[in-house]
Amino acid sequence: MLSCKWAAKNFRIDINYNTKKVRYNILLIANGEIMSYIPNTDAERNQMLEKIGVHSFEELIQVIPRKFRLQELLNLSPPLSELELTQLVNALASKNIDTQKFISFLGAGVYDHFIPAAVDTIVSRPEFYTAYTPYQAEVSQGTLQYIYEYQTLICELTGMGISNASMYDGATAVAEAILMAVRKNHLKKAIISSAIHPEFIKVIQSYTEGIGLELVFCDIKYGRTDIANLADKMDENVSSVVIQTPNFLGNIEAMNELEKVVHSNPKTLFIASVDPVSLGILKPPSSYHADIVTGEGQALGNNMYMGGPLFGFFATHKDMARLMPGRIVGATVDVEGNRAYTLTLQAREQHIRREKATSNICSNESLCTLAATVYLSLLGKDGLIEVATQSAQKAHFLANEIASIPGFSLCYPETPFFKEFAIHCPVSAQKVIQDMLNKHIFAGVDLKSYGYDENTLLIAVTEKRTRAELENYATALREMNYE
Amino acid sequence: MSKTIFELSVPGRKGITLPPRDPDIPLNEIIPQELLREKPARIPELSEIDVMRHFIPLSQKNHCIEKGLYPLGSCTMKYNPKLHESLVRYPSFQNLHPLQPESTLQGTLQILYELQNDLAEISGLDKVSLQPAAGAQGEFTGIRIIFAYHRAKGNTHKNKIIIPDSAHGTNPASCALVGYEVVELKSDSRGRCDLAHLKSIVNENTAGFMLTNPNTLGLFEDQIEEIASIIHSVDGLMYLDGANLNALMGLVKPGEIGFDLMHFNLHKTFATPHGGGGPGSGPVGVIAKLAPFLPVPLIGKNEDGYFFDYSHKQSSIGKVHTFYGNVAVMLRAYFYIITLGAEGLRQVAENAIINANYLMALIKDYYHIQYPDHCMHEFVADSTWQKKEYGVSTLDIAKRLLDKGFHAPTVYFPLIVPEAMMIEPTETESKDSLDAFASAMIEIAQECKENPELLHSAPLTTPVRRVDDVRAVKMLDTSFPLED
Repeated sequence: MLSCKWAAKNFRIDINYNTKKVRYNILLIANGEIMSYIPNTDAERNQMLEKIGVHSFEELIQVIPRKFRLQELLNLSPPLSELELTQLVNALASKNIDTQKFISFLGAGVYDHFIPAAVDTIVSRPEFYTAYTPYQAEVSQGTLQYIYEYQTLICELTGMGISNASMYDGATAVAEAILMAVRKNHLKKAIISSAIHPEFIKVIQSYTEGIGLELVFCDIKYGRTDIANLADKMDENVSSVVIQTPNFLGNIEAMNELEKVVHSNPKTLFIASVDPVSLGILKPPSSYHADIVTGEGQALGNNMYMGGPLFGFFATHKDMARLMPGRIVGATVDVEGNRAYTLTLQAREQHIRREKATSNICSNESLCTLAATVYLSLLGKDGLIEVATQSAQKAHFLANEIASIPGFSLCYPETPFFKEFAIHCPVSAQKVIQDMLNKHIFAGVDLKSYGYDENTLLIAVTEKRTRAELENYATALREMNYE
Repeated sequence: MSKTIFELSVPGRKGITLPPRDPDIPLNEIIPQELLREKPARIPELSEIDVMRHFIPLSQKNHCIEKGLYPLGSCTMKYNPKLHESLVRYPSFQNLHPLQPESTLQGTLQILYELQNDLAEISGLDKVSLQPAAGAQGEFTGIRIIFAYHRAKGNTHKNKIIIPDSAHGTNPASCALVGYEVVELKSDSRGRCDLAHLKSIVNENTAGFMLTNPNTLGLFEDQIEEIASIIHSVDGLMYLDGANLNALMGLVKPGEIGFDLMHFNLHKTFATPHGGGGPGSGPVGVIAKLAPFLPVPLIGKNEDGYFFDYSHKQSSIGKVHTFYGNVAVMLRAYFYIITLGAEGLRQVAENAIINANYLMALIKDYYHIQYPDHCMHEFVADSTWQKKEYGVSTLDIAKRLLDKGFHAPTVYFPLIVPEAMMIEPTETESKDSLDAFASAMIEIAQECKENPELLHSAPLTTPVRRVDDVRAVKMLDTSFPLED
C-alpha cells in the first residue's frame, strides 16, 4: 500500500483546458470519485454558471494571465478514498513509538500528564472546534465564556490581575512579554537568565532582533540564576529581566531574592515564566511581585503531539492591560441587561491598529485553552495540588534512587526542584538514552545540544509514573554497570 | 444566562481521582516550606457530570460550520472532514514527545516531510518550513527572512516594506515587529494595486512587497508580472500573504507568477478546524536563494530515514516556536491533501470561485458592489445603499443575519470599502445553502426598507441580544471575582 502510493507520486495526468465538448470541462473525474467534500453536482454547477452568466468556469478566471494558468495537474499523489487514507495512516502511525508503548521521562517544556477523557469529549464538540475567533459575540457566547473562565483561572493560579486569551506557546509568550516591557518603559535592554529554556532564548532572539533590543544573559550558579551576577548586570537601561521557575533544569528559582535585584531599578519589569502545574503547590508569582507572568500551558490537559499545538499563557497587572498582546475577553451586558461576553480592548490589535498594534497575533491557541479550562475544572482545587504533589514526590523519589547508583549523581544536589532534575551520568547521556531505549524507556533529554556537559541528562517525572516504573528505571540504570 | 464554572463549585466535589500517593513523602521535606503556596488556588470543584453540563450547553451557544454557513471573508470557514479528526487522535500521534529519539518518530516525521514537499509543489516554491504556529506568525517569519536576506547581502539601507491599503492588519503589524517601516500602496479604481503609485514609492530602500492575491476584495491582481518586475528591479522581495491560496490551488502556482516567499494558512486552505481562534498553522515557503534563512529545523530524509535537519543553522533566522510548530494541525492538512490529490485540490479552487460568483450574482441587485468584476473565492458587497436610504448599517445587517441562522460576513473590512461585507462561502457549501443565504440577504434588504428599527434591534433570537462592547472597555471585567 505504502510503496504503491509513493510510487504514484510521479504520476501525471494531462488535461486540455480548451476542450469545448463539455460545458464545464474542468472536472476530469466525476463527483463521487474524489473525496473533496464538495456537495454540488455537475448539474447544480451548470445551473450556477448559468446564473452567473458564463458558459464555462474558464470565463470566470479570464483575468488570470493565460501564461500563468497551469496546464497540467499538480504533481501530487493520486486521490485516496477514506478507506485508503485510513489504511495509509494506520501504516504511518505504526512507525511511531509513543509514550504509551515506552515509559517516558521526557520533559523540557512538554509533559506527559494524565488527561481525563471528558477533556477530549468537550474539545471534540464541533460547536467549539469548527467555530472561528468569536467576532460575532451574540453567536459566540460559548467560546467567549470559556475564554473568560480560562482568563480567571490563569489570574487565580498566577495571582495576577489580567490574563489574555493565549499566545502560541511558552516561548512566544515570554518574547512578547519582553516586547511589552519595552512598550511600557521604552528601555532597550533585557536581561535573560541563562537557566531559561534554550529554545525560548532562540525564539526571544528572533522576536527582538528587528527592534534592536540588547539581550544580556545572566549566569547560572548551582543550577539557578546567579543573583550576584544579575546584580552586576543591572543598570538603569534594563527594560525587563526574565526568569523561569522551575527553570529549564527543573530547579525552583529564588524569586524573592531575584525580585529585589530586578526592582532595584523601579522601571525594570520582572517577567516570570512558570509551569502552571507547579502553581498547585508553589507560591504564585504575585507573591514575589512579578510584573508579567507567562508560561507553557500544554501540561494543563493538552496532548503532546510531538510538541504542538502548545499554548502560552500571559498575565500582568490590570493597569497594563492596554499594553498587552493578544485577544482579551471581557464581561459586559446585552441590550436587555443580561450578562454577556465579548472581545474587548480591541483597539490594541492588528485589525484596528495595523503597524501600531501591540502584536501581530491573530489566531492564538483557543481550543488548547478550552482543554486547560476543562482539565482544571475536573481537577478542582485538590486535584491540582494532588497532581503537583505526586509529580514532585515521584521525581524526588527517583532522584534519590539514581543518586545512589555508583557513577550517577544529581547535578545540583543542594538546589530545590519540582518535577524535573538533571543528573550526571558516568557515560554520555546519549549512550544512556540509547541503552534505556532498548529497555523501552525514554530516559530523558540529552542536554549536550543545549550547551551542557555531554554526560548531563534531564529527567522529568509526572504523576503518571508508578512506583514500579520508577524502580524499574533505577534498576535498569544500575544494571548497565557503567562503572 | 449560564453561570460561570466558578459559581457552580461545591467544596469537596471532584471530577478526577488519582491513585494513592506512593511514595508519599511530606512536601516540606523535598521543597523548602518558604517556596510552598500558603493558600490553595481557588480552582472550582465539580463532579464530571457538572463539568459536562456546564460546557455542553455553553457549546450550544456557538455558531459553527455544522450549524450553518459561516461566510467570514478571508477566514475560509470550510467544512472540516470528520475522518481527519479521528485519525489525528490516534495515540501514536497524540502521545509523542518532541524530544524522543528520531527513530521513534518516523511516522510523523515522514508525514511532515511529505507535507513540506506537497506545499512546495502546490506553491511552486522550493523549500517549506512548517514551524510557524499561525498565519500571522508565518508573516513574521517571512518578513524576518527578508530582513536576513538583505542583511546577508549588506543591503542595510533597505528599511521599508510596501503593503496595499486593502491588506490584512496582520501584514503591517508583522512588518513592524521585524522593525520595518510600512509604506502604504493605494488601490486603483479596479480594486487592484495602483501601479503609478507603486512606481512613485518604490526606491532603493524598498526591502519587499507584501501582497495578498487574490486580494481582500476577492480580485486577482492581474498586473502581478509588472509588480514583481518593479519590486525585483530594486532587489526587493515579493511576499505572498497566502490567506487566499484556496482560490489558486491547482490553477496558478505563486512561485511562477513572481512571488519569492509566502505563508500558508493550513487552517484555511487545507480544512483544518479553526478551534474558536486557533490552533492554526502558518508554514512558510521560499525560493531556493532564501532557503538558507528558513527556521530550524526542517524535516530531512536520508538513507536512515527522516530526521530533524539543522544543517543550515548558521544562516537560519533561528526559531519561532519552542519545538516544530503545530504538528496536530499539520497532520490534518496532510490527510486532506493526500485525500484530495491534485484533482481534488483543483476542484476546491474551482468550486470556491463558482460558489462566490454565484452568491454575488444572487445578491448584486440588492446590495452595492463596488468592484463588480467576476471575483475569485470571495467578494465584497456593502450596505451603502441601505445606509443612505434607510440609515441601516453593515453592523445591523450582520446582526440580523444571526437571527436568520447564518454567521455574518467579515464586516468593515477591507478598509477601502465603506460599510464593507466581505463574503466567502467556500467550496463546501451546496447550491441550496447559498440560495438560502442569498434569500436571507434579500429579505434583510427588504426589511431595511420596511422596518429599519427591526435591524437596529437585531439580533432578537440569539443566546444573548446585541452586546454592549463600549461598556466592556469602560468597565473592564476580564476575570470572575472569586470569593474565599
